[in-house]
Amino acid sequence: MEKFIVGLFDDDEVLMKAVKAVRSAGVKIHDVLTPYPIHGLDGAMGLKDSRLHTVGFIAGAAGAIGTLAFIIWTTTVSFPHNIGGKPFLALPAYVPITFEMTVLSASVTMVIAFFARCGLSLIKEPRIFDERTTDDKFAMIFSADEVDSNKVRELLKQNGAIEVNEKSFD
Amino acid sequence: MSAYESSIREPLIKGDKTYHQITQDIVRSTTGVPPMTWFAITGLTATFMTIGFIMIGYTVWMGIGTWGLNRTVGWAWDITNFVWWIGIGHAGTLISAILLIFRQRWRTGINRSAEAMTIFAVMCAGLFPAIHMGRLWLAFFIFPYPNTRGPLWPNWVSPLMWDVFAISTYFTVSLLFWYSGLLPDFATVRDQAKSKIRKFIYNKLSWGWTGSTKHWQRFESLSLVLAGLSTPLVLSVHTIVSFDFATSVIPGWHTTIFPPYFVAGAIFSGFAMVLTLMLITRKAFKLEDYITIGHIESMNKIIILTGSIVGIAYLTELFMAWYSGFPYEQFAFYNRALGPYWWAYWIMMFCNVVSPQLFWIKALRRNAAFTFLMSIVINIGMWFERFVIIATTLARDYLPSSWSYYTPTYVEILIFTGTLGLFFTLFLLFARAFPVVAIAEVKAILKTSGEKQKELHHHNGVEHH
Repeated sequence: MEKFIVGLFDDDEVLMKAVKAVRSAGVKIHDVLTPYPIHGLDGAMGLKDSRLHTVGFIAGAAGAIGTLAFIIWTTTVSFPHNIGGKPFLALPAYVPITFEMTVLSASVTMVIAFFARCGLSLIKEPRIFDERTTDDKFAMIFSADEVDSNKVRELLKQNGAIEVNEKSFD
Repeated sequence: MSAYESSIREPLIKGDKTYHQITQDIVRSTTGVPPMTWFAITGLTATFMTIGFIMIGYTVWMGIGTWGLNRTVGWAWDITNFVWWIGIGHAGTLISAILLIFRQRWRTGINRSAEAMTIFAVMCAGLFPAIHMGRLWLAFFIFPYPNTRGPLWPNWVSPLMWDVFAISTYFTVSLLFWYSGLLPDFATVRDQAKSKIRKFIYNKLSWGWTGSTKHWQRFESLSLVLAGLSTPLVLSVHTIVSFDFATSVIPGWHTTIFPPYFVAGAIFSGFAMVLTLMLITRKAFKLEDYITIGHIESMNKIIILTGSIVGIAYLTELFMAWYSGFPYEQFAFYNRALGPYWWAYWIMMFCNVVSPQLFWIKALRRNAAFTFLMSIVINIGMWFERFVIIATTLARDYLPSSWSYYTPTYVEILIFTGTLGLFFTLFLLFARAFPVVAIAEVKAILKTSGEKQKELHHHNGVEHH
């Protein structure tokens, strides 16, 4: 059984200030749930930048090189075809397909990486701390094992939380 | 966070909305029993769709001879419909990707439905090249798989092959972009749901999204990169479609103006279709506060721009035909305007060049009923543009002895109405089951672009955060 303390806010600017205050008091935040992306919140929470775009770049480059290499192999090595004396290696005409495969490879890989890294799953039940966090409330969550409950409650109240609840998961 | 936005700029969300009100307004359309009119319209469109599929079955069973194609006119309604549908799809990607990169906030009200429209339009488009092959069961020959014929690989240097890759990539990327954007909104619908079964279904659709900050950070990174990839992609797709014509050696097709001209035409017709759908959706679901007259005006401005580009392209083609001094090219254009299909040419000219110019008048640009009428007119015009380029050119080629006239058979007409049925049926299902406006994105712009919020800002003087 895991226990969590859930502090609810109803304004993104109040939440932002509270996150900074709580962190400077040296309390570890488990997670912050918001109904929409808040710019700068990841920085305020001390999260590192996402590396997803790097995944996209590598997959895109691999798609481009792989496709071009495959087309060149089919037209020059596997089955060279003499059509009206035209060159076997017609690089400019390979550009469209290479481009499309670059985009396809980068996009599909990034989406798969996004689902995998976020742990989004059809089997696992999500931990819903408060149903209002996808509607109009912002939740700051603390793991009860990692923090001093009384101190956290005090901090949340001081920094404008409208409610402080407890939530347990098996 | 909420950067200051000038109070002169029109609010994008009307009325005094709270985050909760936004959730309620948009989730509402997915709940309860749909009204009888929804069942009636969906029944009608599904009937057309079914007839269309029966006609496709008939074509595959009997062969392409059931169509009105002949020795010279080998492409007609099929490829016209293909280009028309794929063009319609382009507006959705423009709204979701290009306007995201240009940070146009007005896209948030319409991007979700526009992307859905893209996906459904590409599905309709993809049907035509497939059934046009005639032997549908051999369609897998287009894929480069190891085979016992050599192995004989596909013809990589053919624009028709490029099309296969362009369309399938476009469909896949649009679908992924759309679905990943839907995750947070499915979670909102799930958390608003009362019944267990509804909660279960929307939880699966949202893949257990909770709105964790780290997830949002990756979500933003993903949407930005997908938008960056979709932008050149959407331009490449219609460029490649235009290569189907431009790389051939047919007077009237063999021109370098085709790629930009096709892309502009695609966006032009796509925005018209977005307007057709949006004007009905906002009325039916009472979303006038989110899809405002301001949104409609912005789309109409894009229609004037792209419509004018298309108009200039038509005139440039005529000028180049005359200036080239090449008799076959000159004849191709003389034939388009004054040949047996003169009526199609002048419908195209009127609908695409003359009519959008009316949008220079602000009162017309901001009139929903007039815009709706115009959106239909433009889509008719853009259908005729493709028909004029394809059928009229082929009906009069080099040898007068092989000149012919093309008329569609009932099979071709019913396949086309069938794709219209498929498109509207899918859109109607989407509109009932999915959030039609991107809830999270609208919430993110509420503080800067909400009507009430802007007023407060104005009264308190300029604040900065």
